[in-house]
Amino acid sequence: MQSLLNQIPSFFTYYNVMLLLWGIGSTVLLTAAGCGAGFVFGALIVLVRITKTIWLLPIKIVVITYVEFFRRIPFLVILYLVLFAAHAVDPTLSLFGVAVVSVCLLATAYLSEIIRAAIESVQRPQIEAADSMNFGFWRTIYEVVLPQAWKVLLPPATAFVIMFIKDTSLASQIGVIELMFTGKILANRSFSGLLVYSVILICYFVLSYPLSRLAAWMERRLAAPTGTESQRILRTSAGFAGYQSYG
Amino acid sequence: MRDISLTVEQGEVISLIGPSGSGKSTLLRAIVGLTRPTSGEVILDGVPINYSSRRSLREARNRMAIVFQQYNLFQNMTVLRNVTVTPIKIRKRDRREVEQEAAHLLDKVGLADKHHAHPDELSGGQQQRVAIARALALKPEILLLDEVTSALDPELVNDVLDTIRVLASDGMTMLIVSHEMAFVREVSTRVVMMDKGSMVEEGEPSEIFNAPKTSRAREFVGKILRHR
Repeated sequence: MQSLLNQIPSFFTYYNVMLLLWGIGSTVLLTAAGCGAGFVFGALIVLVRITKTIWLLPIKIVVITYVEFFRRIPFLVILYLVLFAAHAVDPTLSLFGVAVVSVCLLATAYLSEIIRAAIESVQRPQIEAADSMNFGFWRTIYEVVLPQAWKVLLPPATAFVIMFIKDTSLASQIGVIELMFTGKILANRSFSGLLVYSVILICYFVLSYPLSRLAAWMERRLAAPTGTESQRILRTSAGFAGYQSYG
Repeated sequence: MRDISLTVEQGEVISLIGPSGSGKSTLLRAIVGLTRPTSGEVILDGVPINYSSRRSLREARNRMAIVFQQYNLFQNMTVLRNVTVTPIKIRKRDRREVEQEAAHLLDKVGLADKHHAHPDELSGGQQQRVAIARALALKPEILLLDEVTSALDPELVNDVLDTIRVLASDGMTMLIVSHEMAFVREVSTRVVMMDKGSMVEEGEPSEIFNAPKTSRAREFVGKILRHR
């Protein structure tokens, strides 16, 4: 313990802090790339799946197979798979590039299912009502489905993003310099493992905690539009007290 | 469903009665194109509706409105927005004019003070009256009412029925599916009895209820009267 405390001044040198920041940046970038691509391509997959036209059938089969497959294999396996596939196709692809492709593949598969569940939570009669009034496909999605699906989407989507921040640590296994890997580098420099990984832990916490607060805030905001003014105030104060009895 | 032939004249109020599962609601849903029939035609002003043509279906839907058993108000919109969204966004009409009309309609159904409420804050009866106002805002030539009181608490039924009575006296053409026999008898110009997907009998309310010609209608009416 004494040696650990003694190490602290020599641990937080300019070089080490820059390395940690590099790691954090890399982790954030991987998460952002994965989740960004995941939301865009996930939404496209859902669009393909809910569109009822026969000529989309081949594409539907492909995307369903992809989603079901990639949700069932470990992220580490995807990483190695992409690594070796990349070496066969384009040996110049960097390790970071491999990791980006991997996180996109994984996040798209998961997020498409989360988005689909949210869209399908909108009850069929809501869509029929819109249909009977000539809303058309896009107008129905925009005016009726999305505003209602949003609330259902938010909690699992945030949970996924937070989980995903942690999952990107697996990219360290193929040598991508993200937060976990910077930990390994520092530990190899004969700093106390306890000290190094405690710092890494704090970094992960700092990354994910604001996100969960943001999500909680957004959920309260989104819950507000329905309900009377007084209910809204009650709900908000109940939210602050950490007690949520309103659905 | 088979053997259905029905002509509705302007200003008529036609009620469809019959046991559950006899195809009354399915008929209404087929007319607005929510359920596709395998064969048969719906002719509007001498022109058959082509349900596989988007344009034809859109034109037909622009002339009718349906009110559902479960109201189906848009949960994400206020009462006023529920009533105005289609005229403004789909029909591209002037917002102020539409909102004035909507206010008038909501007043007519007794909900002048609920413009900014959301559907989940209203009782079933109130929601159903909003749904009727929403349908009327479309200025339909024919209004289809699908068991509009079946999901309501008994004490709320009359508010909705009163609203429909006013519409009937205003000369609105309506096709009503209902289990409220006293109401059907009072408000309808004609009654159609359905069973197992077919029309069994058709006639004036007094004929159907007092002197049904077919044995199936006699049995059904007999049961209802016994229940009262």
